Amino acid sequence: MALDQSFVGRSYPPTPAYEVGREKIREFAEAVGDANPAYTDPEAAKALGHRDVIAPPTFAFSITFKAAGQVVQDPELGLDYSRVVHGDQKFAYTRPVTAGDRLTVTSTIEAVKSLAGNDIIDIRGEVHDASGAHVVTAWTKLVARAAQDGEGA
Amino acid sequence: MAATIGYADVEVGDELPAQSFPVTRATLVQYAGASGDFNPIHWNEKFAREVGLPDVIAHGMFTMASAIRVVTDWAGDPGAVVEYGVRFTKPVVVPNDDKGAVIEVSAKVAAKLDDGQVRVDLVATSADQKVLGMSRAVVRLA
Repeated sequence: MALDQSFVGRSYPPTPAYEVGREKIREFAEAVGDANPAYTDPEAAKALGHRDVIAPPTFAFSITFKAAGQVVQDPELGLDYSRVVHGDQKFAYTRPVTAGDRLTVTSTIEAVKSLAGNDIIDIRGEVHDASGAHVVTAWTKLVARAAQDGEGA
Repeated sequence: MAATIGYADVEVGDELPAQSFPVTRATLVQYAGASGDFNPIHWNEKFAREVGLPDVIAHGMFTMASAIRVVTDWAGDPGAVVEYGVRFTKPVVVPNDDKGAVIEVSAKVAAKLDDGQVRVDLVATSADQKVLGMSRAVVRLA
């Protein structure tokens, strides 16, 4: 079913702050098997010029995708989430996500398309810290596959 | 940020040390917990097949997290990554056995940019299929 084009350009209110903890970063780094000490050892992170341990580059997705939930689960949009796969993902960083950050996400729907029965939605999540400074922007393309399609990612 | 590789020491075409990353069903369960992405296509074979997938597939974001390690291990500071983007072209299919799947990642310097930055292009494959397309990172070197 074609998605409602009127959603293009819609922005959602900023999320409540997500507080980035050292142990959450450690848990994430271990889950991706990445032993870089900048993720777990505050002294190693400080030696690289960071305030505290930093998160792996893709960690921000956990926060922005949760924020995107208010978009993809919006019943008015009509996205079939059971058939959604991840199409593209991009990040642009002003600085790495760092332990102690209190981050908010503002989600905007950049594009809504239907191609060969697939519904495609592009969501931009802008992440700011407690001072209002930009940390990272995440662009996420989601594809709700047509029912008879066997491909996915 | 403090990358340990110098901009002046890098040439277009330089290859970064390639790496391979094993992924099993246990890896996916651990990643689901750490990332909060509990989509059943990443752990429930019956569900995955019902929605038309060949089997359980890895989280695209797990593949993306693995691939950038080739860049962050090379650059010396993960905080030196300025941009990173991928297209998920094929799923990484993870069978229910003790071997699972393997993601192979290679990368090379594709362009020297202004401001001490370089663009690195990545290639990620699993079972001889290209699983990431348009996979590029911009890194600020020392």
